[in-house]
Amino acid sequence: MEHYLDFLRTHGSRFIDGSIVTVQQTILAALLAITVAAVFGLMRLSNNALVRGTSVVYIEFFRGTSLLVQLYWIFFVLPLLGLTFEKFTAGFVAVGMNLGAYGAELVRGSIQSVPRGQWEASLALNLSPYKRMRRIILPQALLIMLPPWGNLIIELLKGTALVSLISVTDLMFEAKQINGSTFLSAESFGTALIIYYLMARLVVAPGMRAFEAFWARKMGRV
Amino acid sequence: MFDWKWDFAIEILPRLMWATLNTLMAAGFGYLIALIVGLIFALAQRTEIKPVTLLAREIVEFIRSTPLVLQIFFIFYVGPQVGVRLSPWSSGMIAIGLHYAAYLSEVYRAGLDSVPKGQWEACKALNLSMPRTYFRVVVPQALPPSLPGMGNYLVGIFKDTPMLSVIGVAELMHTANALGSQSYRYLEPYTMVGIIFLVISLPTAFGLRRLEAWVARTLGVRK
Repeated sequence: MEHYLDFLRTHGSRFIDGSIVTVQQTILAALLAITVAAVFGLMRLSNNALVRGTSVVYIEFFRGTSLLVQLYWIFFVLPLLGLTFEKFTAGFVAVGMNLGAYGAELVRGSIQSVPRGQWEASLALNLSPYKRMRRIILPQALLIMLPPWGNLIIELLKGTALVSLISVTDLMFEAKQINGSTFLSAESFGTALIIYYLMARLVVAPGMRAFEAFWARKMGRV
Repeated sequence: MFDWKWDFAIEILPRLMWATLNTLMAAGFGYLIALIVGLIFALAQRTEIKPVTLLAREIVEFIRSTPLVLQIFFIFYVGPQVGVRLSPWSSGMIAIGLHYAAYLSEVYRAGLDSVPKGQWEACKALNLSMPRTYFRVVVPQALPPSLPGMGNYLVGIFKDTPMLSVIGVAELMHTANALGSQSYRYLEPYTMVGIIFLVISLPTAFGLRRLEAWVARTLGVRK
């Protein structure tokens, strides 16, 4: 125990620095994923075959290959085609685009599961398509998709650990560096595991539950 | 701008195909471990003994909310520290197997929970033995709703095998990295790895949908 506290005193600040980068990556990737999910999820429901097809190709492509492959491809191959990303940017872009494809399916599923009567009622009330989506369908769809989004954000947090492989100095990267210099593997990797666990269990999960409760109240469904 | 070299692509294809076999083997072994350990996790959460239930629940939560790549490093590097020398292959299989066992245990749990209580009570009333209750009544009804989840995680485990490259398991990603650093050409290896993943995972996902429908029909349970 004494030994572990010593370890934390020496290396604690590096774990904190790494955690900050992980949090930054998670927030940026989450914002991108939500945007991508909304755009491609709605496109997936379009009546236009070309729009729908584009979205299907995007979703199947990103869900059909690995995040790690996509990350390496964005970081190592895109520069050859003339598009160079900073490693920090490449990291959250890859994670966000990948998880966004999974999110798009959640968006589509939740919109489709809003009861038919709601669509018919807004038609009967002569609401414009935009107003129907914005005021009737989307608020209810959001309530349906929030619980699976909670899981998806945890997957996203876990996904950001891969950015350490292109040398973004996140929590995983710091753990690897500390292990490399001290050879205290259980301590270095164990501490990182615990930090990831606490982030998921004490921040993401309760945060998403609170937002769900807030939205349900706002919709008058308590 | 786009300098794809076909002769290089064809030259590295055989090595990538061999590596694909390793990837498939890793996914298969990992899935087998996950199927069995997942069942243990699920049953442990159904016991009457409170501490066992709580412990199993917490282990599953822990595994599910931490990154797989970190778990792979942990098992690979901490093993020797406590006196167990594990090869990259075996530590990789343990890590990926345990990770997906946690996910599969949730699938099993949901499947078992979906069997109505009356079915269990009827088995008790008919004085069926425990194995008969499970194999003749509960599992045939729990299986069809569990299959989509089980199938998704089979594809999921396949797509997560590239993470094994970080400890030197010679699967697709590792081979692509090696080919890239030998030739200083990354365009072809990484692109081909992406295509190989697509070519395997999309038809597999499609085949699994068909299998689900077939199983549901065969067992006479409507989905």
